[in-house]
Amino acid sequence: MIRELLRLYFIFFQIGLFSIGGGYVMLPMLRREMVEKRGWLTDDELIDYYAIAQATPGIIAINTATFVGYKRRGIPGALASTAGMVSPSLIIISLIALFFTRFQENPLVQRAFRGIRVAVAVLLSFTVASLFKKTVRGVLAAGISIVAFLGVSVAGSSPVPILAAAAVIGLLTGGVREKNAEEARK
Amino acid sequence: MSLLYIFAAFFKIGLFTIGGGLAAIPLLRQELIGGGWVTRAEFIDMLAVSQSTPGPIGINMATYAGFKAASFTGSVTATAGMVAPSLIIIVLIARFMRDYSHHPAVRSILSGVRPAAIGLIAAAAWFVLTNSVFLMEWFPGMGWFDPKALGLFLFLAALYWKTKAYPVYYILAGGFIGLFLF
Repeated sequence: MIRELLRLYFIFFQIGLFSIGGGYVMLPMLRREMVEKRGWLTDDELIDYYAIAQATPGIIAINTATFVGYKRRGIPGALASTAGMVSPSLIIISLIALFFTRFQENPLVQRAFRGIRVAVAVLLSFTVASLFKKTVRGVLAAGISIVAFLGVSVAGSSPVPILAAAAVIGLLTGGVREKNAEEARK
Repeated sequence: MSLLYIFAAFFKIGLFTIGGGLAAIPLLRQELIGGGWVTRAEFIDMLAVSQSTPGPIGINMATYAGFKAASFTGSVTATAGMVAPSLIIIVLIARFMRDYSHHPAVRSILSGVRPAAIGLIAAAAWFVLTNSVFLMEWFPGMGWFDPKALGLFLFLAALYWKTKAYPVYYILAGGFIGLFLF
């Protein structure tokens, strides 16, 4: 149990350490660790957690870490994952606040960050393509994906109403499908 | 500033941040500048540091503000306050999901939510792309993409396609090449 909690802590410590310039980059790393390497989660579960993390209060990366930790080891797991995720911030930001208040103006830091952002764009593009291929089935689902994408990036909507509308569509169409299956059985 | 006050202030911000770290910024501005924790100029510096250091931006901001108020104890207290609403709410939802994830209504809802979540991840990818490779919003005079960044993008994409190594390596490679390229 302790060993597993320490493992969760260090996995999320590493994810927190390399989530540079925003929480988005967490997803490719989380998928590699949890889905591909360890088989602790399925792609569907990971997407469910990420969707719920966006629609509930709190920072998305923290919500996702809490969810994954809870799924593995209950409340202690949730605490270990979240503690791991915030530890790099605590250490690095405290050091910067103490010593380098002009850290972000350093030209080397700025150049490295431009390169890192490009790498993050690469990783996210592959993650989106792979998740789309694996989990989106049929015209309706593809339409929901496209509308959600355009709603946020073109129309500037918050994710919350989009996820709520998708939940309603799922409830209505899923219900219809089940009803048909029931009728077919009769 | 008492630790309890710091905890409560960030608990409130964590509770009302819905849908991403950017949603936290107006709340942070209101609390930190309005509440007299930092000046406007300090706030802008904090934001720049938080965006260019590891970790979620909201957590970095909380850590920074807490440190200003009460040193390292303040950092830990502010961060604990910021994550406490997540821990409580997500544990409740995760418990519900454990018991009801096979209920037909929950499955139907998730069948609609999953493709939407992929659209949201695509929007995050697009946001990073438009702020790294395609620069039309930031530098209108420079054309619609940055040729060096596009070259790096294609190089790293080809590398990923061939090797599929651990994501961290591409982040390190991107940062290292960026030092010389830009």
